[in-house]
Amino acid sequence: MINVSIIKKQIAGFAGLLLCLFAMAHLAGNLLMLVSSEVFNRYAHALTSNPFIYGIELTLLFIFLIHLGLVMRLQWENRSARPEKYAMQKRTGRGATLASSTMVFSGITLLVYLVFHILHLKFGTDYRVSYDGIEVRDLSRLVMEYFGSPGTVGFYVLAMTAFGMHLSHGFWSAFQSFGFSHAKYTVKLRRLSIVFGVLMSIGFSILPLWAYLQGV
Amino acid sequence: MSERAKMTLKLKIWRQENARSKGRMTDYTLSGVSPDMSFLEMLDLLNEQLISQDKDPVSFDHDCREGICGMCSLVINGQAHGPEALTTTCQLHMRKFKSGDTLFIEPFRAKAFPVLKDLMVDRAAFDEIIAAGGFIDIATGSAPDANAIPVSKINADLAMDAAACIGCGACVASCKNASAMLFVSAKVAHLSHLPQGQVEADKRILSMVAKMDALGFGNCTNEAECQAVCPKGISISNIARLNRQYLRAALLSEESESMDCLEEGSH
Repeated sequence: MINVSIIKKQIAGFAGLLLCLFAMAHLAGNLLMLVSSEVFNRYAHALTSNPFIYGIELTLLFIFLIHLGLVMRLQWENRSARPEKYAMQKRTGRGATLASSTMVFSGITLLVYLVFHILHLKFGTDYRVSYDGIEVRDLSRLVMEYFGSPGTVGFYVLAMTAFGMHLSHGFWSAFQSFGFSHAKYTVKLRRLSIVFGVLMSIGFSILPLWAYLQGV
Repeated sequence: MSERAKMTLKLKIWRQENARSKGRMTDYTLSGVSPDMSFLEMLDLLNEQLISQDKDPVSFDHDCREGICGMCSLVINGQAHGPEALTTTCQLHMRKFKSGDTLFIEPFRAKAFPVLKDLMVDRAAFDEIIAAGGFIDIATGSAPDANAIPVSKINADLAMDAAACIGCGACVASCKNASAMLFVSAKVAHLSHLPQGQVEADKRILSMVAKMDALGFGNCTNEAECQAVCPKGISISNIARLNRQYLRAALLSEESESMDCLEEGSH
């Protein structure tokens, strides 16, 4: 059953939606830095000192790999479904959008971004700070230093634009793959999908831009 | 009509000797094209000239030339059935173009639609999908009295909308993944909306999708280019319905188990 085109898309879409949930939680955590660096550091400490964190991280990695593996396989099949390309191919303007036709590119951008993101922040310099006698990682300091460089901020904003575009098609597309279709609500869902993509894109760009402007 | 109104066109046409040979785009200049000609009549004019020069005419598929049979194809300037919405190539007229225009004319391209010659492609893959389950197998008797079998207005309309599919393959040609989901979903929908189609609904959907996958069509990425070029305006809401009916059949239907057994037996 797992080899059926429709089922593969449904699993990839479901994994994508789960990743959306993670991204929303991640964004909420990021925005704590705007409150204060202590709140942010305490939140980060609460997360990483939780004994279940490794299991949760492994689950997240598993969901990510499912999404990545399935879309790579689907894409491979899609490419081989048309061995000879057209000399000229033109979109009608009544179907595909910029976001929908660049899903592969936005996806690859995100993959490259994630490698640097995890390497530079999760496995970045381990500064320490004490609150009420408890020593925790000063992630806030690392973030402020990291986003002191305009190049890094630019890269992040670019990657988050790709992320927003990826979501603006991917979110509603997952529902279409599950079979959700309604004369009235599908139109609303497609609009919601774009709003969701734009909000996530802006939301994740706030912290790098804010951190950079603090240092200027 | 005065000579001034006649158009001259630069044509770039895919020429390919046969299914095994390698094809290429070939340039032609065609003058004397009337704006009242259909696109196929324009190709007829080109072929008359080629024949009079003892050259091989361009092969292309056509039959009714009334926009209802689904035989004509062609990707014109990068779009299946040309630039006009809800129109087959045979119903596209040369008044949509200007004198001096360059027209790219290519066959529908997909692994499952091999080119036979020039612009002619083999669309038997669609017939194979239909043969896998796109029919009603049970005896339904002779034509029943009108309204003897209750069908709601909305279901009758949805079934008719889906049944408008002429199986031309423009959905596959325009899809960047060469997916046949719009065709399959229309064929499944026009039967599953009616009581006679219900009996074999699960078996039909499982077999037709299995055949579609086996024939090497790509996967749908929900971009709706198929719906945009479809000369009959088949909606992608049919694809959503196919997706949910497939999931339901695959998880809950007894037919799914028997199909899995058959599949294992064949290996």
